[in-house]
Amino acid sequence: MLNAMRNEPVDVLIIGAGASGAAVAWSLADTKMRILCLEQGDWPRSSDFPSASRDWEAQQSEDYSISPNRRGLAADYPINEDDSPIKIANYNGVGGGTVFYAGHFPRLHPSDFRVRSLDGIADDWPIDYQTLEPFYAINDRMMGIASLEGDPAYPPKEAVMPPIPLGRTGEKLGKAMNDLGWHWWPSDSAIATQEYQGRAPCINLGLCGAGCAQGAKASTDVTYWPEAVRARVELRTRCRVSRIETNDDGMATGAYYFDPDGQERFQPAEIVIMACNGIGTPRILLNSASERFPNGLANSSGLVGKNLMFHPYAQIRGHFDEPLDGYRGPPICIWSMEFYETDERRGFKRGYSYQFSRGLGPVRTAVTGMADGLLPWGEGHHAAFRRLFCRSAGMVSVCEDLPEEINKVTLDPHLKDSNGVPAPKITYRIGQNTQRMLDHSVARGIEILKTAGAQDITHRSPLPYAGWHLMGTARMGKDPGRSVVNEWGRAHDVKNLFIVDGSIFVTSGGVNPTSTIQAVALYIADQIKTRIYDLFD
Amino acid sequence: MLSQSVGTGKLSGPEQEALFCVVSHMIPSSDELELPGAADPKIFTDILRSIGRDLPALRHALHVLNEMAGQRIDALPPAQQAALLTSFRSAYPDLTGVLEAVTVRCYYRDDRVMAFLGMERRPPFPIGFDVPQGDWSLLEPVRRRGKIYRDVN
Repeated sequence: MLNAMRNEPVDVLIIGAGASGAAVAWSLADTKMRILCLEQGDWPRSSDFPSASRDWEAQQSEDYSISPNRRGLAADYPINEDDSPIKIANYNGVGGGTVFYAGHFPRLHPSDFRVRSLDGIADDWPIDYQTLEPFYAINDRMMGIASLEGDPAYPPKEAVMPPIPLGRTGEKLGKAMNDLGWHWWPSDSAIATQEYQGRAPCINLGLCGAGCAQGAKASTDVTYWPEAVRARVELRTRCRVSRIETNDDGMATGAYYFDPDGQERFQPAEIVIMACNGIGTPRILLNSASERFPNGLANSSGLVGKNLMFHPYAQIRGHFDEPLDGYRGPPICIWSMEFYETDERRGFKRGYSYQFSRGLGPVRTAVTGMADGLLPWGEGHHAAFRRLFCRSAGMVSVCEDLPEEINKVTLDPHLKDSNGVPAPKITYRIGQNTQRMLDHSVARGIEILKTAGAQDITHRSPLPYAGWHLMGTARMGKDPGRSVVNEWGRAHDVKNLFIVDGSIFVTSGGVNPTSTIQAVALYIADQIKTRIYDLFD
Repeated sequence: MLSQSVGTGKLSGPEQEALFCVVSHMIPSSDELELPGAADPKIFTDILRSIGRDLPALRHALHVLNEMAGQRIDALPPAQQAALLTSFRSAYPDLTGVLEAVTVRCYYRDDRVMAFLGMERRPPFPIGFDVPQGDWSLLEPVRRRGKIYRDVN
C-alpha cells in the first residue's frame, strides 16, 4: 500500500453504485461538492441482456446467473456460503442488485419500525415510517413506480403511474384470495407501464430478473445515475475498494482501491459513504482493521458483520387446466399482506408477505418439472410437458428474519478475490420463529392454490438460491454499544464515515427491501445536507 | 463480459458418447408429434457447445454413471441403460439435475420444438408479448374489507 498512487482528493467518496449509492449520489449532487463513486463492476449494456437473444433462458445459468460464485466474472468477488442453507444472489456493477431484481417494490410497514415495542422481540428502529414517508415518495418518483392507490395494507401513498397488468394469473389467484377472504393487491413495481423520464414502457419481456433490455425496469443505471452524472457526480467503474484508511484523529481519510489495470490507488476524501450491501460493506470494514481499529473499522460494538438477515423464501407452485400468462409479463403480478402483522395464534411473531408469480419459460418448466417429479424421462415426456407449460402459477413467501448475532459475515481466512483481498464468509442458520413462519406460509400457499383449482402442487422451503436481501450487518441505533451507525447513518466510531445500504437495517420486515434501502439512503443524504456545518461534531 | 472461471475444455469422445446415450433416454423423438429428440444431431451439437460452467459437474456425472455401469454406459444394451439411469437418478439427484439442465437448455430453444409449443421463434426483445390487463373489479372485496395494517401510535 505504500506504493499506491494517490489521487486528487474529493469531498465525498461513495463506495458502490447500486440501489443506495445511486440514491445518495443523486441527492448530494445539489450540494455542488466534488463527489466520486467507485464501483467494482461496469455499466451494464442492455443490448447484452438475455432477453435480446434466442438463448435467453440458458444465459441465466452463465454470465447472467444470480450467483456471483457461479458467474465468477471479473466484477465478482467470491463468497464462502458453505455454512448457509441460503446462497447469495447479487449483481456487481452500476445499478447493483436492481439490475437483476424483479422490480417488486413494497415498502416496509409502520409496525416494522417498532418490533420491540409491539412484539417484545428484536429492536425498534431509531427512525419510523413517518420519518421515511417523504423519502419513499421521492424515491417512488425517481424510480418510476407503477402501482394502484388504495391498498388497505398500507397508509395512503401516491401512485406514480398505473399498475402492471393482473393478467390471467393475477385474476386466477385474486379470485382464490377473494374466496378465502384474504388480502391481495397489485404489486408496487419498479417497472414503467408508460413512457417515463426517457424510459420506454414495459412490453412484457418476462425476464426482469436478468436485466431489462427494454429499459422499462427501474434499475439505478437508468434512473438515478444518469441524473447524478449530469449533475457532475463522477462514477469510476471497475474500481474495487479494498479498505478504508484513517488518521490519528480516528477520521476516515479515504480508500484504497484497485483500478481497472490492477494498479492500487489511494483516493483521499473528506466524507466516505459505504453503499456496498449487507455483505460488501462489512467485508470492507473488517478488511480495514488497523492498530487504531483492531477489530475492523467502526466496530467498537463488535457488531460489524453480525445480525445478518436474509428473507427466507418458501416457494409454492401449482398447475392449472387452462393456459395462464406463462413466461410473458413481469414475473410478479400481485402481493398479499394477509399474514404480515403479528398474530400469535399462528405460533410465531411477526409475519410474511406473498409475492404471486406468473409462469416459467420452457427451459425452467422442464428443469423444475423434472426436479419435482412431474416431467418424466422417456416415454411420456412430451405429453407431460404440454400439461405443465404455460399452465403454472404460484407464489413465494418473503418471511421476516430476526436479527441474531450468530448469523454473520466474517472474513474467510483463505478465500480471496482476484485482487488478493480477503473474501467474505457467511455463517447462517434459520431461526425457530422463521422456520414456523415458513411452514405456515407453505400450508397457506397450498390452500390458496387448491382454492384456485391447481393440481400437482409443489413447494420448496427454504428456497436455496434466494439470498437477495442482505441486511443488518452494520445496524442503526442510538446506543454505540448496540449499533454501528447512529440514527442518521453516521458511524459511531468514525465521524466522517456513513453507511447507507441494507447493512443498517435494524429488522428486516417481511418484504423486499430495495424501496426502504433507497428511502433510508435519501434520508441520510438529507441529514448530511442539513447538518453540513456541524457534520463531524 | 469476460469470465474468469469458465472452463475451456470439451468433453472427450467417450464422454460425448455417454452423454448422447443419456439424452436419448431423457427426451426421445416422437414420430406421432413430429418432434425431434434431444439426440437429434442439431440439438446434440448445440448441447455440446453450450455446456459452459457445468462442464466439471457434467464430467463428474458421466464418470459416476460409467462407474455404476462397470463400463461405458453406451456399451450396454438399451434396457440395461434405462435401468441404470433409473438407479442413477435416484442415487444422485444433484448430478441428475446437471444432466437435465444441459440438455433442456438446448432442447427447448430448438426451432422445431418452439414451433410445436406454439412459441414464436424469436427472442423476447424487441417485440415483447401481450398480457391482458385482467379484471380490476376483483379488488372490490379487498377494498370493502378496509385497512389491515397495524397502528403503531
